[in-house]
Amino acid sequence: MSDASDDFDDYDQGSEFDFDEESFGGSDYGDNEGFEEVKPESTKLKAYEVEHEVLSTAGIQQRQDSQIGQVAAILGLSRESVMVLLLYFKWNNDRLLEQYTEDPEVVLKKAGISADDDSNKKEYKIMSVVGFMCDICCEDRQGLETFALECDHRFCLDCYKQYVTQKIVDEGESRNIQCPGDSCSLVVNNEGIKLIVEDRVYKRYLTLLNRTFVQDHEHLRWCPAPNCEYAIRCDDVSAKDLKTVVPTVQCACGHRFCFGCGLSDHQPCICILVKKWIKKCEDDSETANWISANTKECPKCMATIEKNGGCNHMTCRKCKYEFCWICIGSWAEHGTSWYNCSRYDEKSGVEARDNQAKSRASLERYLHYYNRYANHEQSAKLDKDLYLRTEKKMTQLQSTSGMSWIEVQYLAQASAVLQQCRQTLKWTYAFAFYLEQNNQTHLFEDNQKDLEMAVEQLSELFEKPIQELAGLKVTVMDKTAYVNNRRQILLEDTAKGLHEGRWRYQVELK
Amino acid sequence: MALPKRIIKETERLVSDPVPGITAVPHDDNLRYFDVTVDGPSQSPYEGGVFKLELFLPEEYPMVAPKVRFLTKIYHPNIDKLGRICLDVLKTNWSPALQIRTILLSVQALLGAPNPDDPLANDVAQRWKEDERAAISTAREWTKNYAHDAA
Repeated sequence: MSDASDDFDDYDQGSEFDFDEESFGGSDYGDNEGFEEVKPESTKLKAYEVEHEVLSTAGIQQRQDSQIGQVAAILGLSRESVMVLLLYFKWNNDRLLEQYTEDPEVVLKKAGISADDDSNKKEYKIMSVVGFMCDICCEDRQGLETFALECDHRFCLDCYKQYVTQKIVDEGESRNIQCPGDSCSLVVNNEGIKLIVEDRVYKRYLTLLNRTFVQDHEHLRWCPAPNCEYAIRCDDVSAKDLKTVVPTVQCACGHRFCFGCGLSDHQPCICILVKKWIKKCEDDSETANWISANTKECPKCMATIEKNGGCNHMTCRKCKYEFCWICIGSWAEHGTSWYNCSRYDEKSGVEARDNQAKSRASLERYLHYYNRYANHEQSAKLDKDLYLRTEKKMTQLQSTSGMSWIEVQYLAQASAVLQQCRQTLKWTYAFAFYLEQNNQTHLFEDNQKDLEMAVEQLSELFEKPIQELAGLKVTVMDKTAYVNNRRQILLEDTAKGLHEGRWRYQVELK
Repeated sequence: MALPKRIIKETERLVSDPVPGITAVPHDDNLRYFDVTVDGPSQSPYEGGVFKLELFLPEEYPMVAPKVRFLTKIYHPNIDKLGRICLDVLKTNWSPALQIRTILLSVQALLGAPNPDDPLANDVAQRWKEDERAAISTAREWTKNYAHDAA
């Protein structure tokens, strides 16, 4: 699908409006077979894409090892000690090297490494000591196996094992497992732990290490999808770039999400606005709906008032202003025509209604965007349900029409594109809500409208009865490519705009 | 369930070689539950008082710290109304090499050196910082009222 759409990449923004559906829909899908010639371009990143790499557990391990190796070579310490140091410095090479060169002894001590570490390093050994009694369990039988770090706080192997196992399994600790001796801050390193604990616990330890490694690294992030074990590496984006990039990444499990904030794909809206929007929606959407339907504002102090009975002579509880509920005019002008307002044109009434209109307009504006945002979210769900039902029917269709599995995949593709576009559209509304009204914004809204129209058309095709759908294969595929193309145009333009600082927001970005 | 060797040894030693100013006696029906008394350290507002505490050794002891609580009412920034104690060795700095006796010594030391910067009882700590003299005199008064008929 993405290959087919690459055909249209040559479009520039200026000529896109010449493009009508005829010329596109009319082209035979077969013509697109010539996409080889533009293929080299598809490896080039689009403006809205960021370079990223999916790392498996083994890959994470490997990166850890290579970082340890690199630092070990610079500092001339053992790999075990370097690992403890890196864990202490949260895998921040620069900070470690800087502080280590300043005062190696202090750094080693703070990180929990014995100072005479590498010069005359003994290997850790499990051994029995004559006349030994374990301070933890008070066992003193002969031949008792014992273990100690360089600090020589010696305990029996069973206690040591139980202690370290508890740290790893119960407390989920991997960064800083200290010697069990009282106020000893020496850290039990990888080598020691491997020697002491069972394989099962050691595996758990390695998993925890991987976890902290990814969490500590600025350029690594776990895929947030349930049960997914991959991590994503994205080197080019740091926190301060998030005002101008929406770093969307795709995991090997298929989940698309934002590397900046971890939420699901929210292109083209930037993280800060996404947060604002979500918060606003949580706080406001239902309330705003209700307020809009059931209340008016006091014409003087703008307090929101619900009329829950009684006559039209209102006295604002906040500012004590008296006004008429019907015309929002001052009650004083009503004279004696109590409880029956027929005065529409009085001055105070007109002004008050103006103000009221303004406050209503801002609410209405929010609801306009919110409803469209919510609608796409809902529609995406419905589209998906519809697709699942269609898929079932398709399987039946295969057996009756003789179409192969490969041949009906166009529907799966169409559905995937539809989902993605609805996701994008959803966030265009959040983005637009915060945009100032200017020519740039109008262009954005044009792109949004084009995408929306295309999406609705594709969505409509989906609703056709199954018998008809089989005959519409080419139309569906064309439409899919077109929709996807519209999405790319929109994202490309928005991303460029972000990069160039073309968008003006109604709110401060912080 | 048999009592671990460690607990038996510790209990024996608490009897045979008691710590001055501290007693810890296990209950007959539950050898993990101790009645404890701690004398207020000299030159502290708790001087002359005898404070009752309870101490319980959980199943995982000594991998986890014992649970210790004051039973006698006490005016101290790191001990709250319920007698719970804010002390590093009872929480994060617990080491399985520590013992009942060392813990109780730490508790006694805490009475001699209140730390209002890491408070558990906020109201007490605040008073301690704002008007130390008044706070100390309240502590002395409470010691007289609540910690004298003990033992």
